[in-house]
Amino acid sequence: MTDGGDRWLDREAGPVVRPYALTRGRTRPHGAALGLIDHVAAAGPLVVDARGLGPEHRRLLHLCRAPTAVAELASETDLPLGVVRVLLGDLLERGAVTVARPPAVCTLEESVMRSVLDGLRAL
Amino acid sequence: MDSARYEAVAGAIAAPVVTKVLIAGGFGVGKTTLVAAISEVRPLRTEEVLSEVGVGVDDTAAVEHKTTTTVAMDYGRITFPSGVVLYLFGTPGQERFWFMWDELAYGALGAVVLADTRRLADCFSSVDYFERRRTPFVVAANRFDGAPEYDTETIRDALDLDPDVPVLVCDARRRESVKEILIASVTHSLTKHRMAATHR
Repeated sequence: MTDGGDRWLDREAGPVVRPYALTRGRTRPHGAALGLIDHVAAAGPLVVDARGLGPEHRRLLHLCRAPTAVAELASETDLPLGVVRVLLGDLLERGAVTVARPPAVCTLEESVMRSVLDGLRAL
Repeated sequence: MDSARYEAVAGAIAAPVVTKVLIAGGFGVGKTTLVAAISEVRPLRTEEVLSEVGVGVDDTAAVEHKTTTTVAMDYGRITFPSGVVLYLFGTPGQERFWFMWDELAYGALGAVVLADTRRLADCFSSVDYFERRRTPFVVAANRFDGAPEYDTETIRDALDLDPDVPVLVCDARRRESVKEILIASVTHSLTKHRMAATHR
């Protein structure tokens, strides 16, 4: 390739592959939508039937060996949130990942607020 | 939503105790800088592609020219020794992406509205949004070189804020300053929470 070849392919140029090509055109995941701070964890190598999984699925599985927030997975993979949600939906359907949804009410409990406040003061 | 199925799956791992604070304000006011100043992870950006935007707007547009719009939100994290994790989300600046805010604001502990004193009007809509949603928020005027230095009461008047909304001045580049803003935000949320509890 000539030296000008990758000039158009920096991050500013946007994705070369349309994002939803990775999901074969699907814009909505199977099952319920995952929240931004829902935590996803890989279920373990023995559980995973890798057939039909793309490189992005594998990448996500690798990244969520420890429970990881959906927003963080999107950020780490540089994939749009909507795409990550569809791919995680695939993994969830296969039982390759498990999800923990932090109950929204718990964040509004006084004990949690106090804990955050103490933590911030100690930073 | 297929919640029954979801809950069955969800039981498998323990949810960490997590909470979130939103960082709002106009474009270029320093939301990214603020999140980066205190996040324990490198400043992360999450992008959402809106493939439906623009469809049907222009009938003459060929399919090939259909545009996707990318919305970027900043994302940061602080893990405390207690095990509680605080997430910071910088909200998308443009008002047309506000439908995304509802998800961000759901279950949020509170919000910080960053203001630029040269363009105070830019944060009117953020203030409106949190007032409508009854999400406790503080206003932090980010210091910019050469910007007029208003006192906080002038800012309060200009934004027509309720008397109990804390107004502070900050430097979004400095970790200590950001820490103070977050402490003010959580303290305010705690106060509001207690008031609501006593009136229940």
